[in-house]
Amino acid sequence: MSDKPPLLTRIWRFYRDGFREMTTGKSLWTLIIIKLVLIFVVMKLLFFPNLLKRDYDDDDSRADAVRSSLLDDRR
Amino acid sequence: MNDLINVVDWSRAQFALTAMFHWLFVPLTLGLSVIVAVMESAYVRTGSAKWLALTKFWMKLFGINFAIGVATGIILEFEFGTNWSNYSWFVGDIFGAPLAIEGLLAFFMEATFIAVMFFGWGKVSKRFHLTATWLTAFGATISSAWILIANAWMQYPVGMEFDPAQMRNIMDDFWAVALSPVAIHKFFHAVFSGWTLAGVFVISVSCWFYLRKRNEAMALRSIKVGGWIGLAGIVGTLWSGDGSAVDVARVQPMKLAAMEGLYHGGRGADLIAVGVLNPSKEYDDEQEPFLFETKLPNMLSLLATHDLNGYVPGINDLIDGISIDENGDTVKTVSYAERIAIGKQSHEALRAYDKARAANDTAAMDKAAADLKATFQYFGYGYLDSPSDAIPPVGLTFYSFHIMVLAGGYLLLFIIVYLTIAYKKSSWLTNRWWQWIGIISLVIVYVCSQAGWVTDEVGRQPWIIEGLMPTRAAISFISSGMVQLTFWLFAAIFTGLLAAEISIMLKAIANGSKSDYDSLPDSPSAETQSPTQSTKS
Repeated sequence: MSDKPPLLTRIWRFYRDGFREMTTGKSLWTLIIIKLVLIFVVMKLLFFPNLLKRDYDDDDSRADAVRSSLLDDRR
Repeated sequence: MNDLINVVDWSRAQFALTAMFHWLFVPLTLGLSVIVAVMESAYVRTGSAKWLALTKFWMKLFGINFAIGVATGIILEFEFGTNWSNYSWFVGDIFGAPLAIEGLLAFFMEATFIAVMFFGWGKVSKRFHLTATWLTAFGATISSAWILIANAWMQYPVGMEFDPAQMRNIMDDFWAVALSPVAIHKFFHAVFSGWTLAGVFVISVSCWFYLRKRNEAMALRSIKVGGWIGLAGIVGTLWSGDGSAVDVARVQPMKLAAMEGLYHGGRGADLIAVGVLNPSKEYDDEQEPFLFETKLPNMLSLLATHDLNGYVPGINDLIDGISIDENGDTVKTVSYAERIAIGKQSHEALRAYDKARAANDTAAMDKAAADLKATFQYFGYGYLDSPSDAIPPVGLTFYSFHIMVLAGGYLLLFIIVYLTIAYKKSSWLTNRWWQWIGIISLVIVYVCSQAGWVTDEVGRQPWIIEGLMPTRAAISFISSGMVQLTFWLFAAIFTGLLAAEISIMLKAIANGSKSDYDSLPDSPSAETQSPTQSTKS
């Protein structure tokens, strides 16, 4: 009988060992995590809402809003 | 109105900043992934420890570049939802479908196989590892294709029909969108320019090895591989650039006229090799467009029509309605003044549709929809006040195009010269002049790459979607103060990220230059990829 661990365990160990053995990768991952937090938490939540999704409940009212915006004389 | 223009300008500046920052990383990822795959193929074929060391060194630099660049493109999508909400709704699934495919492909192909590339040394077979490396290169290239298809559609909107009820363009021919000539040439131009940039990057880093008198044999072999990929890249860039020029002449002739500072066109048009624009020139005055210029006779006609005597319209000709059709023949089309009038009729039709819809008058809705369909081709012109509003910024378009072309010509020469030196006169690489030219050329290739995008994006102004939507109609009604705040926030974050990347990259390059490459065997060895060998990444 084979003592080979199940596939999922082997995949988990593959990634775990890979991360553990990194040298340059550690600074990179720190940087990536800082970047992702800045992008997805700070920027997305605080500064970049999807205006049409936020301000209107359904696609019909979003279409109406865009139509009225495109026909606005200020443009 | 002033605040709207401020919002448009700041949003465009913000988008340009984000896109240009993103584009620092993408071409190097596209090209370096291929160079690494070629090196690893040589390792698998020969079993040489030297090829393995070379592969791992350049793979590490690829990893650093990929890691810093990843997710920077996502910010562009945030900007669509906030700053460009009209645009992001108006394009509908035409933009959404390619981006969704790109997201899935990028996740499954790149994320999976990059993990094998970096963590799989000694844990998977050589051939499996090599397959993962090639699939990473392939995945990155395919990912870029979808973004470029979406961009090409904005420059040449095809394969869709506008639905006034949904206020969206509905894709009715996926293949017309995916395989439009603009998309195909744009894809190859971007990918091959990435190979060129990566080839020059490898030569430049290798020249630094020579400058520091470290691992010169490793540097020489790198120059040979990087040089060949760079040469294939620059030849492919020239070929696809030629195709793009013909596309621009046919579907965005105003952009071509701005690229050349051409106000009055004609047959046998000359190409400006080098020139200084007259800054006070307006399209409707009789001033000379150039303070100084050197021309290549008939070359613009050849470039645009593949015929030395082909007709190329200038800015004034286009405004008067003279252009070339898809077969390259001279045709009288609709003048810009007429386009503006038709565009305003198109707006009226949409307004009538809106009123009929509110009144639930089906017959009036059908009539308005039919009127809209008949005039929709010029819908965007309805926002313009005069024909001059349809002229892109000539100065920025002209100079960025010529910087790209001149730098591209230099890079072709540079790569040929360094390849020749590497094979025939490698002792020259110990000369400081050759080393410094190699190092400085890295700046030139990045300037060339960025100038290409500036030409493409500034040259299509005022349109965000050619003929259908100008930037001023695409923008959301938000405050310019908020956009300015986020612009400076991005500028600070991007500068910090770039400094961090350069610092990590320089450290990795310095470490690579100190490795014991010379002592490694160049013949097949059973121990070249044993699990005990260093697998750190």
